[in-house]
Amino acid sequence: MATEITSATISAAVNTALASISAAQSEEDVRAVTASVTGKKGELGGIKSQLGTVADIEERKILGQAINTALSTVSAAADERMQSLQMQAIAHRVASERVDVSELALSQRSSGRRGRLHLVTQATERLEDVFIGLGFQIAEGPEVESDFYNFEALNMPPSHPARSMWDTLFVESDREGSVVLRTHTSPVQIRVMQEWPPPIYAVMPGRVFRRDTPDATHMPVFHQIEGLVIDKGITFAHLAGTIEAFTKAFFGSDFTSRLRPSYFPFTEPSAEFDIRRPDGTWIELGGCGMVHPRVLRAGGLDPDEWSGFAFGFGIDRMAKERHGVQDLRDMYSNDVRFLEQFA
Amino acid sequence: MKVLLSVLRELAAIPSDPEKVALALNNLGLAVDGMDEVGTPIPGVISARILRTEKHPDADKVTRCFVDAGDGQERHVWCGANNMGPGDVVPLATIGTRMPDGREISQRGILGIDSEGMLCSDIELGISEFAEGLLILPADAPLGVSPFEILGIEHDVVFDLDLTRNRPDCWGHLGIARDLAAYFAVPFRGPRIDVGKLGKPRPVPITIEAEDECGLFTVASVSGVQVGPSPDWMARRLSLLGMRAINNVVDASNLVMLELNQPTHAYDSDVVTSFLIRTAREGEKITTLDEQERALHVDDVLICNAATDQGVGIAGVMGDLHSEITSTTTSLSLETAWFSPDPIRFAAQRHGLRSEASVRFERGVDPNGYELAVQRFVTLLRETCPDLVLHQEISVERTHSCPTSSSLAVRSSEVLRVLGISLTPQQIADLLNPIGYESVVVGDDVSVVIPTWRPDSEEEVDIIEEVARHYGYDKIGKSLPKSSVHGRLSNYQARRRLLRRVLVGMGLDEAMPSPFLAPGDLVRIGLTEDDVLRIANPLVAEESVLRTSLRAGLLRAIQYNLSHRAPQIALWEIGHIYPRGENPLPNETEQLCVLVANAGVESAVEQWNMIADALEVGAQLDQKRIPNGLHPTRSATLARGKKVVGVVGEIDPVVTARLGIEGRISCLELDLTTLLNENPKPLQARDVNKNPSSDLDLAFVTPDDVPAQDIHRAIKQAAGKHLVFCELFDVYRGPGVDAGHRSLAFRLRLQDSHATLTDSAIAQIQEQCIAAAKKAGAELRS
Repeated sequence: MATEITSATISAAVNTALASISAAQSEEDVRAVTASVTGKKGELGGIKSQLGTVADIEERKILGQAINTALSTVSAAADERMQSLQMQAIAHRVASERVDVSELALSQRSSGRRGRLHLVTQATERLEDVFIGLGFQIAEGPEVESDFYNFEALNMPPSHPARSMWDTLFVESDREGSVVLRTHTSPVQIRVMQEWPPPIYAVMPGRVFRRDTPDATHMPVFHQIEGLVIDKGITFAHLAGTIEAFTKAFFGSDFTSRLRPSYFPFTEPSAEFDIRRPDGTWIELGGCGMVHPRVLRAGGLDPDEWSGFAFGFGIDRMAKERHGVQDLRDMYSNDVRFLEQFA
Repeated sequence: MKVLLSVLRELAAIPSDPEKVALALNNLGLAVDGMDEVGTPIPGVISARILRTEKHPDADKVTRCFVDAGDGQERHVWCGANNMGPGDVVPLATIGTRMPDGREISQRGILGIDSEGMLCSDIELGISEFAEGLLILPADAPLGVSPFEILGIEHDVVFDLDLTRNRPDCWGHLGIARDLAAYFAVPFRGPRIDVGKLGKPRPVPITIEAEDECGLFTVASVSGVQVGPSPDWMARRLSLLGMRAINNVVDASNLVMLELNQPTHAYDSDVVTSFLIRTAREGEKITTLDEQERALHVDDVLICNAATDQGVGIAGVMGDLHSEITSTTTSLSLETAWFSPDPIRFAAQRHGLRSEASVRFERGVDPNGYELAVQRFVTLLRETCPDLVLHQEISVERTHSCPTSSSLAVRSSEVLRVLGISLTPQQIADLLNPIGYESVVVGDDVSVVIPTWRPDSEEEVDIIEEVARHYGYDKIGKSLPKSSVHGRLSNYQARRRLLRRVLVGMGLDEAMPSPFLAPGDLVRIGLTEDDVLRIANPLVAEESVLRTSLRAGLLRAIQYNLSHRAPQIALWEIGHIYPRGENPLPNETEQLCVLVANAGVESAVEQWNMIADALEVGAQLDQKRIPNGLHPTRSATLARGKKVVGVVGEIDPVVTARLGIEGRISCLELDLTTLLNENPKPLQARDVNKNPSSDLDLAFVTPDDVPAQDIHRAIKQAAGKHLVFCELFDVYRGPGVDAGHRSLAFRLRLQDSHATLTDSAIAQIQEQCIAAAKKAGAELRS
């Protein structure tokens, strides 16, 4: 190699390399340019490999340092150029891949929305949650019931006149009238008394049936929730207190409740309970009372040891009023256009 | 039940303010459904004489009446009634009058001719519930005067009460007045009684054969009767209470019933001289007062003329048409009775005849109320029959079934235990005595005689309810029980809620179809009706079958929404099915059904995978068992051994064609009673393996009828302990693969928990997998 190694040749090589790097238009170009300078056969690389030919040790040391500096200058410039090319590329991509987010929002709304829970399910879960908060568990029972659970155990022996309080749908069976579509959730009271050891704090939501022609406020198939408390020393005052606690928890702290005397065969004393809205108007909600001693006995409990109260009301009406549904039949139309209105 | 404030105030010194009375009634459990003020004079309504009438040539249903209202000005008024004629004095509502129903009388007439007011009926003036055209005032009435003044009609309030089954006593004003008197702590007077002269005894023979059904039968003899119209005030009261005035005898009898809850029946004592109460005979007939001939049932109780053995009435229900008193009747046998409630109720049901008497007898009347009833009847009838004589004594016949008064002890400790209020025995007695429960303090107890008008009071707790009612429910106070139970959802309920969230998260809407199906609905969708239960008394035949599958109702909902062009129809339901079981009760279980319109089995499988993952449950897909009603080649049963826990697939195209549905419908059904009852143990953490892993891709060719899950299972087993996962990542059919076959490409990730897997170890696993797949029916794709 004839070229004499001097600091001038080094800096000339660096200048050439820097010019090529900054002229490079792609990451590959940068890599190629860099390699052509720093590689074994490149300008600086070649100089480095010939360093051994410099006889003077001092000079060799100085030149060596100069080459190392030159190499790192070139590679720093290459890194910088690479980065700037990357940034350019990203900026280019960013400019080209614009989306209208609102367009996505609109198109996805029509293609993939979350499903809806039925209003009755929503109301049931809300009620369950309030009662869970008040220390209640949730019991369920069959919808097709025997006469015993639906009537007899509830202090309505066969041909008891109070049975006419419910228009009953009967199921064909070997013994006519012995199987009914339950007219209320009250039969679950008896089942719970038989199966759960007291004390019992339970609510029993579910589907019930009446032989009613559908109209805006009645359906032959609808839903009730029943409450049952059995414990030692349970009194009518506890019933009133529980209704009040439920009222405030479910409707709001500015709602109150009252009990009015009424009659149900399975409770004694019996009451209707009304909810007072903050504006002073009343909602007639449901029935309640102290569990009749005969009902306790039918559930296998000793009325001298245990006492309790029960209450019940309709769920559908809660959903109807909460969402301003005018006609109960709409809630059961299963029309997607109706269902999808409610989150 | 309609109740008049004026009558209540005659019986007890209660307030005149109807609002106060209504509040009291509600607080006593006598729910007020309606409250109407009646007889309130209407300013602008005056008496007017009809001078002449003319018909309209184009409208023969209306008459133009020219009237004189006493002010010398002739008015003409259009009128749709036809019971009036020239000379009649009628009520005229002048222009501008505000009627009780809210409308204002305007000049608007008909056929282009104005009307200068409106002629009114009883109903329009709120005087009566009945009207036969215009109210005709007495011919000598002054003109231009309020008809209320002319008729002497006083203001009154009609309460419409929704009575509960336990208060038979309130089917008469007397029982309500007694409750109100106690509520307001005012004197309870009872009805005004003035029987006048008593006559010599005229005993009437009574024989009761139907001893179980008839507990008491009494007959009072009354002479000096002149049958004629009732006084206006009595007719008006009856009318306001919903009964028509007939004649003075019938009206007095009816008013006594409405006042005292004691039905009575008057016979001409010249016709019926002795009574026999027996059950009806086979084939016997009677024509009741409503002019219906009725074939009697052997359980019907008949009141007979003992002399002829002929029926004169169905006991407690309705009298015989031919035994009615006539205009020439001068002496009466007045019957009162106590009948067992159930036979009366059944008889009324059998004959479809709920009379004012039967509704009272079937609830229970007071067996000791007959004397007061007779006295009140005589008092009322004397207004129109001054020569009336009551012949004492009343003839009375009782049987074993007649209720007698009973007494029991009410413990003040029990009052505390039930109501949570501490009352002294004296306080308890003071609450009970005013409502006729004669109470005496005996130590800590109160000895109570239950009045015979309260047959609902049977045991101590019934009387405690009376204590609570008159103490005031609102005064009892409110306290919360100290529950030792923790509120929570059961495992099943919590998992069902999770399932609901998963379903809505997948964009599926919850539907709630009726659980009642029409006959044929199940068969139409490819299911069977062999195990259905039917409703014995359905409202309509289309709702007479209890569902054994949620699919039928949900398919109908899909059909409905498709026909209404809903853009996205993806419905699910969680509900009960009721297939016939061994017991009288069905094998009721809870099920899930998901149907998506215009979606295939892929959707159903995706839903199943998501649900199985969320609920931590699994099942085999058995495509050899084709679920009924589903697509024969695109469906499978979800099975655990022999037990079926669901189906997944598409609705059979035969079914969709039958329903007129185009496009596929995906279907997933799960037996939730099984799947939600499971309680998976919490999954336990494992160390994450940080050694390098290797992927092995293997493609196999298999006939289409070899389930992919079989190959998958074989490979997984063969791969052994180093397998992390094995997923089916590609399915290929087409050139290079024989017809009826497809290529299944699986990716296996392999990893050793201690070291990097060697190439030879991986090669060995590969060979094992290929061999196992071959055994399962799959050839490595070359």
